[in-house]
Amino acid sequence: MFRRLDDALTPAPVVGLTVDGTRIEARAGDLLAAALLAAGRGLCRTTPVSGAPRAPYCMMGVCFECLVTVDGMGSRQACLVPVREGMVVETQRGARVPGR
Amino acid sequence: MSAPDLPARCDIAVIGAGPAGLAAATIAARAGLSTVLFDEQPAPGGQVHRAATTTPLADPVAILGVGQARGVALARDCAASGARILSGATVWSVAADGTLGVSLAGAASPVVARHVVIATGALERPMPIPGWTLPGVMTAGAAQILLKTGGLVGEGRVVLAGCGPLLWLLAAQYRRAGARIAALLDTTPRANWIAAARHLPGFLASPYLAKGLGLLAEVRRSVPVFGGVTELRAEGGTSGRLARVSFRRGARAEESLDADLLLLHQGVAPNVNLALSAGCAHDWDDAQLCFRPALDAWLTSTVESISIAGDGGGIGGAEVAEARGRLAALGALRRLGAGDPGGMRAKAAAHARAEIATGLRGRAFLDTLYRPAEAFRIPHDATLVCRCEEVSAARIREAVALGCPGPNQLKSFLRCGMGPCQGRMCSLTVTEVMAKARGVSPGEIGHVRLRAPVKPVTLAEIAAMPTSPEAERAVLRG
Repeated sequence: MFRRLDDALTPAPVVGLTVDGTRIEARAGDLLAAALLAAGRGLCRTTPVSGAPRAPYCMMGVCFECLVTVDGMGSRQACLVPVREGMVVETQRGARVPGR
Repeated sequence: MSAPDLPARCDIAVIGAGPAGLAAATIAARAGLSTVLFDEQPAPGGQVHRAATTTPLADPVAILGVGQARGVALARDCAASGARILSGATVWSVAADGTLGVSLAGAASPVVARHVVIATGALERPMPIPGWTLPGVMTAGAAQILLKTGGLVGEGRVVLAGCGPLLWLLAAQYRRAGARIAALLDTTPRANWIAAARHLPGFLASPYLAKGLGLLAEVRRSVPVFGGVTELRAEGGTSGRLARVSFRRGARAEESLDADLLLLHQGVAPNVNLALSAGCAHDWDDAQLCFRPALDAWLTSTVESISIAGDGGGIGGAEVAEARGRLAALGALRRLGAGDPGGMRAKAAAHARAEIATGLRGRAFLDTLYRPAEAFRIPHDATLVCRCEEVSAARIREAVALGCPGPNQLKSFLRCGMGPCQGRMCSLTVTEVMAKARGVSPGEIGHVRLRAPVKPVTLAEIAAMPTSPEAERAVLRG
């Protein structure tokens, strides 16, 4: 869905994170939602109501479509969270399970 | 545990580090008042100057055009003014006594300010079309943020649809970045051109005239533009993602385009959540089709301790937002009785008001020309209005038929507006759908009632907030 304009960018260190157990690479300074889209992993949750798939929509903290679990904490807005080396990200499926 | 970097008190709290917030905090701090600027994003700039100081683009001017330099200068002046800029800080409540609820780095804390400037800017007006929740459908603003913050552009068959300046700006920026756009579907109603013509004299004096004409010409040279689009639908494929965009132009037969990414936009509206939850009165603005706060000549709201600067007080654009930020800060200094050496405050306020007047020239033209068609604001029955709770327009109309009078009662009927976005994506649509169904004005229907916390905050954060012995005694037994 998205590609990086590699030739037009300043160099930046690579940051490694895992998404549902798979390692992906991002640029230092990336927002998590941008890193997910760049890695082709934009489907970040399914809805609690009908189970429909959702992906980042507004990228500015308004729509709450990009909710993911980050380092064990659920329903974080991926468009507001900068990536960090070793970050563990899980996509969310349907309604939350109590206790998580 | 309270958030480690949060001050307990300050003179002036500014919320939002876009042009209005940066300008307001700079003025307040230069006057010697303790000033804290809270911003939710990782770096200051707001959306218009998003990533001004942090973009990975090696030559941002070549792709984004001019304007980044202004964002860099605003952030630099603010940092030099002595204001404390707290990035990554979420303000989830503002009370009339100046107490803010703030989360930073996973910990929440109250901050008490003598005066609050809300500068939370604008958000993109919802464009509820069939299929707008499909992965592969985003806003044009989102695509621009991905370009500015990550150097990312849409891949495959990219379709832009809607109306308003940002749509054309993004198309031009994509072209300069070497990204292909398969089509731009322009939903500007043809009748709007006639209605806007009477506002043309004002627009001829607008700084946006030359810029706008240049953009239109640049985009039309490189992108197939389909004008007069009256219906639009996003369709999913077997993968559950966007596969196709279908559209109609008036009475013509339906047309269809394969698409991997659909970017929607139909203007922006004030982000009113925080101001409404603080109790600031808002009125329906029929020219801009939104609720806007009632403000006095110093941009003070109906709550004396709260001013509202920038697009959150009505859409005016980046330059107007900056001047409004200065004016709001001057008003706050005046209210707090700060010194006024040489009587300069009145002159500075007059200067800001003149800039606002100049910047708003031509706004009536843009508002009229890019007024979104009713079909894209008040959708057909099957279209989802509330994305969070998946409520269709038909169910809202059924509730109205059952006697549901407004958006607050609608919460009990359908949970509409009660999901995580707290009505940000649906409230304008809900108000207009209910107004039309009941045959009354949107102002009479009103905005859904908002309460703090206006952003989700964990119970652990609230439980860990500092409390007084009196407050604990009030709730403990035995």
